[in-house]
Amino acid sequence: MGADDVYRYHCRRAGLLRVVIYMGLKLKALTRSPWVYHLSTGSCNNCDIEILDCLTPRYDLERFGIVLVGSPRHADALLVTGNMTMKCIPRAKEVYEQMPKPGVVIAIGTCSLGHGVFDGSYVMPKTVDEVLPVDIYIPGCPPKPEGIIAGVAKLLTMLRQKA
Amino acid sequence: MSERRMTWKEIQKKIHEKYDDKILKWFEHNENRIYVDIDPSDWIEFGRFLFNEFPTRFIIASAVDTPRGGIDILYHFDFLNLPQVFSVRVFVKKPELEIESMAPYIKGTEWIEREMNELFGIQFKNHPNMKHLILPDDWPEGNYPLRRDQ
Amino acid sequence: MSEIIPIGPYHPLQEEPEFFRLHVEGEHVTKLDIEIGYNHRGIEKLAESKSWDQVVFLVERICGICSTSHPAASVCAMEDLGGIEAPERAQYIRTIVAELERIHSHLLWLGLAGHFIGYNTVWMWAWKYRESVCDILDKMTGNRQSYAMFKVGGVRRDVLDEDIPWFKKELDGLKPVLDMFKGAVIDDPVIHARTKGVGVLTKQQAIDYCVVGPTARPSGVPIDVRKDDPYFAYDWVDWDIVVLEEGDVFAKAVCRVLEMYESVKIIEQCFDKMTPGVIDLHVKELPPGEGIGRAEAPRGEVYHYCRSDGSNFPARYKVRAPSYVNIFSNEVACVGEKVADAALVLAAVDPCYCCTERLIVVDHDKNEERVLKANDLLRLSHERTKEVRKELGV
Repeated sequence: MGADDVYRYHCRRAGLLRVVIYMGLKLKALTRSPWVYHLSTGSCNNCDIEILDCLTPRYDLERFGIVLVGSPRHADALLVTGNMTMKCIPRAKEVYEQMPKPGVVIAIGTCSLGHGVFDGSYVMPKTVDEVLPVDIYIPGCPPKPEGIIAGVAKLLTMLRQKA
Repeated sequence: MSERRMTWKEIQKKIHEKYDDKILKWFEHNENRIYVDIDPSDWIEFGRFLFNEFPTRFIIASAVDTPRGGIDILYHFDFLNLPQVFSVRVFVKKPELEIESMAPYIKGTEWIEREMNELFGIQFKNHPNMKHLILPDDWPEGNYPLRRDQ
Repeated sequence: MSEIIPIGPYHPLQEEPEFFRLHVEGEHVTKLDIEIGYNHRGIEKLAESKSWDQVVFLVERICGICSTSHPAASVCAMEDLGGIEAPERAQYIRTIVAELERIHSHLLWLGLAGHFIGYNTVWMWAWKYRESVCDILDKMTGNRQSYAMFKVGGVRRDVLDEDIPWFKKELDGLKPVLDMFKGAVIDDPVIHARTKGVGVLTKQQAIDYCVVGPTARPSGVPIDVRKDDPYFAYDWVDWDIVVLEEGDVFAKAVCRVLEMYESVKIIEQCFDKMTPGVIDLHVKELPPGEGIGRAEAPRGEVYHYCRSDGSNFPARYKVRAPSYVNIFSNEVACVGEKVADAALVLAAVDPCYCCTERLIVVDHDKNEERVLKANDLLRLSHERTKEVRKELGV
């Protein structure tokens, strides 16, 4: 092995180490206080309002460290509501790509589970889990804030057990 | 647009005076819901008369595909503080499905005419801004979701 | 269909493609292009494959915040079609649910508008007190949103007499809160400076664009479906409509705050006037014909048209939500405003929630296009509020 090769080998190891440390930190963040990003893919907004309600003084998600962020690049988890209408499919994929991995996708509300009352509509060729890899489903129309928090808490427990 | 308050009887009288010969059918489902049929060629003149002569508000237009070889377009109006809803029905025949656009005269009709064009394929002549409103831009041409004969 | 137009760049928490394209020269907006359709869910087509009863559930989910207004217009349309008159007790219950929804929707708007201007406390408090309205609805109907109360010929659930004192107590608790918001909105000099004279929609423009609700009334157009074409129990109780003249964002905010007072008045009278009786006529079928139903949602007039051929499914079901006409009026209301204010104007028509968050700004002077994300809009707006504070010395 020449000097160049040794140098390249050490650079690669250092790089790999950086990646491993980063993934570990991310996983830890995910299990401790995930930052979430909300994506609506054609919803009636009931679920969206209930998610926002979780921030208000009665439920107050922020005291658990869960913060709603303004960009998917800062997010650990994606909260998806809505039916995944045709116009939204490329947007949803773009947002998912921007979220740093490992990241989780949480589908909230009956629409994101399987269209709900809108089943059979001509503008909804796919369901949310056919476009994005969903990790947890929270049913309800809309799910109550307590339900959303319970779902997110279950997910955190699942992740901690995995990590 | 006329500012003074008018009663329904006055409005009815004026419409009959001027357009009795053009009205094909006048049907009152009940005292607050009136449906009037006219020919597509008289629509622009009649619509403009309604909007300018009385305190009128354009509510919306509904298109209905029928098995009679054409599409019914109902333009719904109300007279501000009166309970009546006055619906003007025009029947556009297939396959042409053409009618003059009301958008240059009543601003509020612009969007709904775009929507009727993309959902039913109705051609509105002289529309100032005809393009997709609610369907994606890459929606297949000629595919009209609300038509029943496709 | 395009009954819900999800926009309104005052929520930073969602990501959706551009709905608005502002053309600017210098700091001011010269033109606005609007694009909608992201929330188009094909509801009118779906309604043709649902039974009449199911249609009411479907339309409830057109919009979460006006989730009573669409079923209200829907049952009005079906009852108009069939010539059916719902029982008195059912009409009172329907009115109560509709007015409770109006209060919670206006509080929601107030909170989000406060957040956009930079008053996060207003946001938290408005939503906190909104919870008590949601509690009343929860106890009465079983759900905080999407109540599933309305059906053709009546309502599904009765209001128990033993619950009424608790409801009245909660409503009484809401009155000092409304006073507080009235003071916060109407008397605050910073809110005056940021919203007075901004986004003016003149009376003639309001008439030309055929706007409705709290977009039309603050511009001097005195229309309200509850007074003009009374439905439910609105002509059995005493209340006033709120009409203002200025047409700016401030007038729209004041209009909504004052409407909440009227709603509380209506609900109290309904509780007092309600007598025991049947709540449902158990309608089994609807005759062929056409029906038109209208209701006053918190955002304006909701209009439903249905056509029946005598079968159990609608031959055609047309829905028009108020935001459809109100948003179009932004074309003229935004012109001449600064970008930070333009976003506020867009939010002032209370588009049925905002899922958006990006504005594209086309700068004609610099010949470039820049995308302003929700965070940018919020930041611009908060900076503008700080400037205004400095100018006022507050």
